[in-house]
Formats: sequence, C-alpha cells, structure tokens
Amino acid sequence: MNPLLAAAPAGGGEEFQAPGPELFEFPPLFAGGPEWLTKPVLFAVVGALLVCAVAWSAFASPKLVPRGMQNLGEVGYLFVRDQVARPFLGKDSDRWMPLLLSLFFLIWTWNIMAVVPVVQFPVASHIAFPVVLAVSVYLLKIYLGIKNQGFKRYFTDMIPKGLPLPTYFLLVPIEYLSTFILAPFTHAVRLFANMFAGHVILAFFSLVGFWFLFEQPTIKGVPLGIAGVIMTIAMTGFEMFIQFLQAFLFTMLAAMYIGSGLHADH
Amino acid sequence: MITAASLLAAEGNNPLIPHTYELVVGIFSFAVVVLVVGKMLVPRIQKTLEERTEAIEGGLKRAESAQAEAEQTLEQYRSQLAEARHEAARLREQAREQGAQIIAEMREQAQVEARRITESAQAQIEAERQQALTRLRAEVGELAVELASRVVGESLEDEARQRRTVDRFLEELEERTRTQAGEQVS
Repeated sequence: MNPLLAAAPAGGGEEFQAPGPELFEFPPLFAGGPEWLTKPVLFAVVGALLVCAVAWSAFASPKLVPRGMQNLGEVGYLFVRDQVARPFLGKDSDRWMPLLLSLFFLIWTWNIMAVVPVVQFPVASHIAFPVVLAVSVYLLKIYLGIKNQGFKRYFTDMIPKGLPLPTYFLLVPIEYLSTFILAPFTHAVRLFANMFAGHVILAFFSLVGFWFLFEQPTIKGVPLGIAGVIMTIAMTGFEMFIQFLQAFLFTMLAAMYIGSGLHADH
Repeated sequence: MITAASLLAAEGNNPLIPHTYELVVGIFSFAVVVLVVGKMLVPRIQKTLEERTEAIEGGLKRAESAQAEAEQTLEQYRSQLAEARHEAARLREQAREQGAQIIAEMREQAQVEARRITESAQAQIEAERQQALTRLRAEVGELAVELASRVVGESLEDEARQRRTVDRFLEELEERTRTQAGEQVS
C-alpha cells in the first residue's frame, strides 16, 4: 500500500484527503528501535556519508591531468569557487572553500533525496538540519567579525554614518534585527520552507494520481488522476531545479555572511 | 482539512520546532562532511589545481624561452651567413684583382719578351747584313776584277761574243749566289 496513505489519518475512507504535516512525521525505523532513529535521521547521515564518499572518489588522490570522477568533482569545485566563493570573498575564496564546498554538496545531496525513488524525502525539510547549518554560519560570521574588525568596530561599522540623529533610533534596531536575528532565521527557513513545500506539492500530486487512478477510480476521477501524474512528473523536474537553487542560495548567503565578517560592509 | 491553527495546535509536531536528536545528528553529519571533505579533500584538490596552473604557466614559460633561444640561434645563423657572404664577395674581389694583376704582369712580360726577341732578331739581321755587306764588298771587287780581266782577255771582236761573255759571267754569278744561298740554308 502507498506509504502516503498509510501515513494519512484513517477515517476519511471514501473521501480524498490532501497530505499535510503528517508527511513529515516518522516513527522509529524499526519497532522497538530507539526513538531518534527515524528516516530523516538515517538519510541525513547517509547523505553526509555519500558526500564524503563521492568527494573521496574524486579528490582522494587528485592528478594533474584529471580522469573520471576527478573531472566531475572539479566541475563541482570550480562551480562553487567561481559562482559562490569568488563573487563574495575574492582572494579569500580558497581559505573558505572547504566550508562552502561541504555546505553546498551536503545541502544538495540532502535535497536531492526528495526525488530519489524509495527515499523520497528531503532531509532539509526537517528544520533541525538547516538550523544546524545556518547557526554554524551565523556563529562563524560573528566570530570573524569580532576577530577581524574588533568588537566595537564590528558592531558600529554596520551602521551608516552621517545621518540625522533621529534616524538612528529607527535605523540601529532595524540594522541589528536584520543582521543578527532575521538573517540567520531566513537563512535557515528559506531552505527548510522550500524543501517542505516542495515535498508537500510532490506528495499532493502523486497522491491525486494514485487516489483517482488506483484507489478510487471513477469515470470523472480518471482525468484528474492523469493530470496528477503529469503534474507529479513536471513538479519533480521543477523540484530538482529548486533543490539545486536552494543549495546554491544557501551557500551563496553563507559566503556573503563570511565576507561581511571579514570586511566591513561599505 | 488542515489549517495553520491545527498545525500550531499540535505543539509536538510543529515543523518550525527542531527536534533535539535531529540537531545532534545534523551537527554530527555536518561535522563529518566538513572534516572529511573540507579538511582532508579540498586542500588536495586545491593543491592539484595550483600545481596544474603552475604546470601550464611553466610550460608556457618554457615554450617562450625555447622560442627566444631559437630566434637567437636563427639571428646568429643569419649574421654568420651574411658574414660568410661578405667574406666570399671579398675573396672574389680579391681573386679578380689578383687575376687582373697577373694578366697585366703576363702581358708586360710577353711584351718585354717579344721586344727582346725582336731586338735580337734585328741585331742578328744587322750582323748578317754587315757580314754580307763585307763579303759582298770583297766579292764584288774580286768579281769586277775577274770580269774586267775576262773582258780584256777575250777578243772583243764581235758584239755577240761580248754579249755571251757577259751572259756567262752573270750565269756564273747567279750560280754562285745560289750555291751560297743553299749553303746558308743547309
């Protein structure tokens, strides 16, 4: 039986019910197992190990003339370096590539799991994972800011100078709110929400297809079911784009925040 | 229907509240990736990329220096060739001058020789002429005396006889001259 239906609250029976937040609730992997060992946890770790394995096969013993996996790895490395790191970090790029490359490929791998058959769950749609990454970047940003610019200058240089005094009563709280509270919050939530919504959309359309074609097939329902299948395919393609885009965006913002810690914004 | 209210109502299931154990697993996963990929692998590929850049730049530099060297050698060869041509032209000129000089010398020598030969021939001729003259002078006297004696000795009766006598004398004279010439030739 469809796991989506299994997860869906019983009782509706005849009526179609759109999938909701129960999509994101998982029991322990096996009966009697520890409560924390759920599907998202398993695939968070699997994703991390997968990134390590692929990176290992590509970069373990790199050659001057690349072959096979190294070619692929270099494409990824150069993409992150040239599109993410360099625009924000310039000559500091190489110093921060270890972090940015790890972030990008870990997030992308976690996201891709949404469309991997059988797995079909974006790890980042559980907010704990984006939070860990965003908080890490946030702490790093503040640490770098205080270390490179000094405590006082870090907290004052971000406020524009030379404005009429009353403006500062408005400007200072907004600036601090945006830099120290909203930025990390949106950093994490943007990734989480995109993956969450994407998963709901995919689950919805696939359930429409499954429900009206197999579960409760009716003359009226069949076209709807077919539309659901087509939309599932289309949205899967779209989701793959979003998965990449969100990984890219998250890493790009991380590079931007690190850059703002290294040098005061002007 | 699921509403935002019911969503928030189920406090334990609020998707905006992170699960503690997932935070721990997230930190662990992220740490593993940063350690393995970031700390171990990225420096390797960075080193390789740097080495590649260096290799390419080094290759370009080597090619440049090789080309410069080749150009220098070519220049050297060209200058050597020009020098050789110059030298050849100089030698040719010298040879021509020498040739002209030799020809002039030879000509002069030949002229001197010719003059010498001519002079000696002239001297010889002169000597022979003198000798002939001397002998002729002596012989003419003798002959004249002989002729005169014959003319006197013969009876000058008739003209015919007279004539014969003169003719005979002349023939003898001719013969003598011939004999003399033959002696001289032989």
